[in-house]
Amino acid sequence: MDSIVNIKNLSFKYDKIDILKRITLEVVTGNFISILGPNGSGKTTLLKNISSTLKPNNGSILIEMQDIRKIKHKELAKKLAVVHQSTEVHFDFSVYNVVMMGRFPYLKRFQSESKKDEEIVKEAMLNTSTWHLKDKSINEISGGEKQRVVIARALTQQPKVLLLDEPISHLDIKYQIEILDLCKRLNKEQNITVITTLHDINMASRYSDYIVLLKEGNIKEVDVPHKTLTEENIEEVYGIKVELINRNNDKRPIILPRSV
Amino acid sequence: MFKKLYKTKIIILLLIFIFSVLFSITLGDVRIPFLDTARIIINEINIFNFEINIDHIKKSHIFIVTNIRLPRILLASLVGAILSVVGTSYQSIFKNPMADPYVMGVSSGAAFGATIGIILGISKGILGFGLTSIMAFAGALLTTILVYNLARIGNKISTTSILLAGIVVSSILSAGISLMMIFNHDDLASIVSWTMGSFNGASWTQIAVIFIPALIGTLFLSSFSRELNAIVLGEEQAQNLGVNVEFTKKIILITASFLAASAVSVSGIIGFVGLIVPHLFRLIFGADHRILLPVSVIGGAVFLLICDTLARTVLQGIEIPVGIITSVFGGPFFLYLLKRNKSKRLV
Ligand SMILES: Nc1ncnc2c1ncn2[C@@H]1O[C@H](COP(=O)(O)OP(=O)(O)OP(=O)(O)O)[C@@H](O)[C@H]1O
Ligand SMILES: [Mg+2]
Repeated sequence: MDSIVNIKNLSFKYDKIDILKRITLEVVTGNFISILGPNGSGKTTLLKNISSTLKPNNGSILIEMQDIRKIKHKELAKKLAVVHQSTEVHFDFSVYNVVMMGRFPYLKRFQSESKKDEEIVKEAMLNTSTWHLKDKSINEISGGEKQRVVIARALTQQPKVLLLDEPISHLDIKYQIEILDLCKRLNKEQNITVITTLHDINMASRYSDYIVLLKEGNIKEVDVPHKTLTEENIEEVYGIKVELINRNNDKRPIILPRSV
Repeated sequence: MFKKLYKTKIIILLLIFIFSVLFSITLGDVRIPFLDTARIIINEINIFNFEINIDHIKKSHIFIVTNIRLPRILLASLVGAILSVVGTSYQSIFKNPMADPYVMGVSSGAAFGATIGIILGISKGILGFGLTSIMAFAGALLTTILVYNLARIGNKISTTSILLAGIVVSSILSAGISLMMIFNHDDLASIVSWTMGSFNGASWTQIAVIFIPALIGTLFLSSFSRELNAIVLGEEQAQNLGVNVEFTKKIILITASFLAASAVSVSGIIGFVGLIVPHLFRLIFGADHRILLPVSVIGGAVFLLICDTLARTVLQGIEIPVGIITSVFGGPFFLYLLKRNKSKRLV
C-alpha cells in the first residue's frame, strides 16, 4: 500500500521548549486517522507541521514522497486541505464565495473562474448539504453550518489529504455525527485520506482506521482502535481509569470513564 | 452570475463620477453652463471626431474649464482614488479597521520632507514638480521604509509592530517639524497650509506624472484580490489555500506605500478619505476585493472630488482646506452608516 504522509523524526520547539519529540508516523493512502491526546499534548502543533504552517526544527515530512519544504504553496494546497477549528469571520463574504476560495490553487492570477470551477463548487456544496446556504453571508449561519461550509471549501481544493482540527468540538450530537459521517463517506467514496484530531475518544473509536495517541509530544501508540484504546494506554495518557465495553465484537470499544 | 452584478454596479458608479466631474466644473466663482462644459470637454478630447461648435462660448470660460477646473478636479479625483484604494489594501493586510494610507508614517514623512523643501525655499524642480513635492515624496517613501524595517521581525511583518512603529516614527517627525517651524517663522503659513492639503494650483503636469503609476499600481493591487480575500479570513487559512501570505503582504505594502507617497506629494495631507471610503464600500458591497477595490477607486474619486468642490465653492472668495471638509461631511455620514449597519462591521 502507498504511504501518502510520511513523518520522519519530526521535532518541533516553541521558543526552545520541545513540543513534538522525534515523531515518526506513516499514513497510508485512504486511511482515516484520529489523533488523540490531552490538552497541550501537541495535536494541533502536529497538524500545523503537516500543513506546513509551522516548520519543523528537525526531521522531515513527505507528502507522496515529496518533502513538503520543496512543494510550492499552490501545489501543496492541491494535495492537502485543512479544516481549522471553527473560527470567527469578521468579513462579509457570501457562503458561495467562501467555498469558491478553495479553487485558488487552480487559478492563475488573471484567470477567472470557469464553468468547471463552478461545477466543482456546486458538487462540494451539495455533498456537504450547504448548497441552500450559498447566498447567505458567512456571518449569518450556525456553527455547524459554518463547519460544513469550510469542509466544502476544503473539498473544492480536490485534496488527497484532509486535515481537520477538532472538527466537532462545538457541535451538537447530530452535527457531530453528520460531520464525521461526511468525512467517512469522502474517505470511502473519494479515497481521501483523513487525519483529524478529536477529543471524543468514543467518536475516534467508532470512525477511525487507526488512532494515534499523543502524550507530551511523543507518540504513545499507533494502532487500530481496540489495540490503541486499552485501559492501560488511556490511564497512562489521560490519567483516568476507564471501563471498556465491547459491543458485538466490532473491535471498536466504547469507553466509559470511572469516577475518580 | 456574480460578474454581471459587479459590472452594473461599477458602470453606475462610473456614470456618477462622470456626472460629478461635469457638474463640478460648472461651479465656482464663474458659473459655466453644464452643456457648455460638456461641449468644451468633448471638443478638447475629440477622440470621436465630432463636429462641435464652441465658437459661442467665451474664451475665458474655455480657459477656466481646461486649465483651471479640469486639472484640479481630475487631480482631486486621482488622489481620492489612490487614498481609498490604499486604505482598502492596508485595512485588509493589517486586518485592522483603523489602518489608513498614513499608518506607516507616510503623512508625517511627507510633511517633514515638504517642510525642509519649503524652508530651503528653492522653487526649482524636476518635470514641473516643485521641490516641495519631490521632498514630500522622498520623505514619505523613506519613512515607510524606516517603519517597515523597524517593525520587521525576521522576514515577517507583524501588524501591531507596524502600527506602533508608525505612530512612534510619526511623533518623532512631527516634533522635528514643530522645531523647524519655531526656527523658521516666516515659512509658518506655507508649512501649515501644505500640511492641511489642497488642490489649489493643480496642473496637468502633476496629473501626467502621477496618473501612470496610479493606474499601474491600482491594477496591480487589484490583481491580488483573491489573495486579499483569503488573507482577511485568516493568514493560516490563506496559506492552506495556497496563498504565499508573506510575499503577498510585502508586495502589497510596497505598492500601496508608493501610491500613498505619490498622492501625498501632490496634495498634502488629506485625512479621512482613505479611512472611511473603504469602510463605506465594505458596508455596501461586502468584503470581496474583486468588487471592493474597483468601487473604492471610483468611490474615493467621487468623494474627494465632491469635498474639493465644496472646499472651493461654499465660501465665496475663500478656500476651505479640503481636509476640513472631508472630516466635517464624511464623519457624520460614516457614523450614521456605522450605527445602521453594525452587524456587517469590519470588527
Ligand atoms: N503559539 C505558541 N507559542 C508557544 N507555545 C505554544 C503555542 N501554541 C501552543 N503552544 C504550546 O504547545 C503545546 C502543544 O500545544 P497544542 O496546541 O499542539 O496542543 P493540543 O494537543 O492541540 O491541545 P488542545 O487539546 O488543547 O487543542 C502546549 O503546551 C502549548 O502551550
Ligand atoms: Mg489543539
